[in-house]
Amino acid sequence: MKRATFLSVLVAGMALSLVSTGCKHPNVGVTTIPAARTAPPPKPSGPLANQGGGQNVAPVNPGPSGTMPTNETANTKPMTDIQPGGGEQGNIGDIEGMTPDTNHFAGQTVHFDFDSFVVKSSEHSKVEAVGDELKVKAETKLMIDGHCDERGTEEYNRALGERRALALREYLVRYGIAPERVFTRSFGEDQPVDPGHTDEAWAKNRRGEFILLLPKQ
Amino acid sequence: MSLSLVRPLLTAVALLTLAAALGAQDDEHITIKETVTGTVPPILITLAGYSGEAATVLKFDLYVSGFKIVGESESPQYELKGANNDQVEGRLTDAINKSVKFAKAFSGGTTRSQAHALANAVIEAVTGAHGVAGTKVAFKVKTGAAGGVGEIYVADYDGYNATAVTHDGAIVASPSWVPGRRALYYNTYKFGNPDIILHDLNTGTRSVVARYGGSNISPAASPDGRQVAMILSKGGSPDLYVANADGSGLRQLTRTKEDESSPCWSPDGRWICFATRMDGRRVLAKVSAEGGPIQRITANLGINPTEPDWSPDGKQIAFTSQAGKFFRICVVPAQGGDARILVDGEDPAWAPNSRTLIFNHMVGGRQVLSLLDVPTKQNKDVPQTVGDSSQPSWAK
Repeated sequence: MKRATFLSVLVAGMALSLVSTGCKHPNVGVTTIPAARTAPPPKPSGPLANQGGGQNVAPVNPGPSGTMPTNETANTKPMTDIQPGGGEQGNIGDIEGMTPDTNHFAGQTVHFDFDSFVVKSSEHSKVEAVGDELKVKAETKLMIDGHCDERGTEEYNRALGERRALALREYLVRYGIAPERVFTRSFGEDQPVDPGHTDEAWAKNRRGEFILLLPKQ
Repeated sequence: MSLSLVRPLLTAVALLTLAAALGAQDDEHITIKETVTGTVPPILITLAGYSGEAATVLKFDLYVSGFKIVGESESPQYELKGANNDQVEGRLTDAINKSVKFAKAFSGGTTRSQAHALANAVIEAVTGAHGVAGTKVAFKVKTGAAGGVGEIYVADYDGYNATAVTHDGAIVASPSWVPGRRALYYNTYKFGNPDIILHDLNTGTRSVVARYGGSNISPAASPDGRQVAMILSKGGSPDLYVANADGSGLRQLTRTKEDESSPCWSPDGRWICFATRMDGRRVLAKVSAEGGPIQRITANLGINPTEPDWSPDGKQIAFTSQAGKFFRICVVPAQGGDARILVDGEDPAWAPNSRTLIFNHMVGGRQVLSLLDVPTKQNKDVPQTVGDSSQPSWAK
């Protein structure tokens, strides 16, 4: 191709690519949401591998350290048997009539990074403290509530909050808690602890809360 | 001139050329400013003889359907001349073709409903498509009480005649109309858990569709009303499921470690589009309603897409792009391609005409419903608001 033609094609190509930035808003100050931070993947195996649907199942999320929680004395389940999110949940009917105690684990609220459901290593001891209590109080069950900050749409946040609660459920099931004792629900962005619009407020709102469920009297 | 004007400018040039070739409208009415704001210029029309509420309704209805009300001095192609004494009536004339398109009068009901009917008559006579003036929408209203509680409301598409259809004082979310029926699916926390229920608005009967362990969220009625798609986490991850309209016959369509959200159906009922993550990036995807592999829908330049809605004519998918704290309504061809930003806002829902979108955006600290005509990008907030309103669904 002649040089002049080549250059004009190149310029046209560049102009075309610049023109088609229709959706990239020219406003400054727009922050691209970083990809959610998940653990560096250990290779999945067994039921954790691709379960069809044409979608690669991301590997189990044991925390950024990539290692399993060590306090597994009561846990006889091998790692490959733990399903994502702790597997199937029990029936809601099983907890109807139980009394919720929202104060018991108030000190164990777990916080999450933006757009992430990774249970950070700094939070592990809190989850394990919940697990230890549940092992002692064998007659109780647990509800885990997942929450988000306001920087997602309502339905996106409703799903993300659930993903956070499920990550905590999975941790507890690995820790040896029977999956039928642990339930999850998401409140999306509906119930912030801090209504502010600052990084501090948002950090407080991205959380999982543990609610002890006491048997009917 | 900035590069972002190049493409719409090319469109303007094309339109001018076309207009000259047809010997149609005056060139000076197709201004660059108007074409830059949309891909199609608005249809110019003059109104004469209307006052008060009838005039206000006519102007709003026509504007959000792609018309622009101008003065006679601008010599528009169309004129609607009439009155609103004890009935709303009008005669639509076409100055180019020198014809009377219709002469109609509407009585009964209210002034608003008569004016809506006249607006629809204009829209149909000019564009050939059914108007959507006065059609119904459902949405969520946060009452401001602690805990994020709210109620589901139904109203005219302009916010008038709003009625609460729930009185539970619970968290509610994502209403979805059942096509052809006065019934809604929605998510409620009334029973202590995020559950999906079906609410017959005629009888007031409510039935539980999904109350599994975990969260049951984001219901979407199928176009034939016989099935419902939803996001359930009972299997350990928020996945896409489909069931019969009453919740029986549950089938799981996705089985991923990621969180699927916001399902919507293709108008032929064959596909379900939803938001998910693939290869570390937030994307739109679709899966056959019968089950099968997940296919990504490319939406170039539509950052972090969520809350998709498929147009009734099957051609476009509207969605919310999340970029930091900015939310933007975008559209992309249904087969994938380049996304177009339309306006700031969240949670778009298509009208039956496949050109008007309803969505919500923040005004003065609360969410307000707003209407957008996609081809002209003409946009107006609904004139009547009910507190903090979001998550609209358009009745079909």
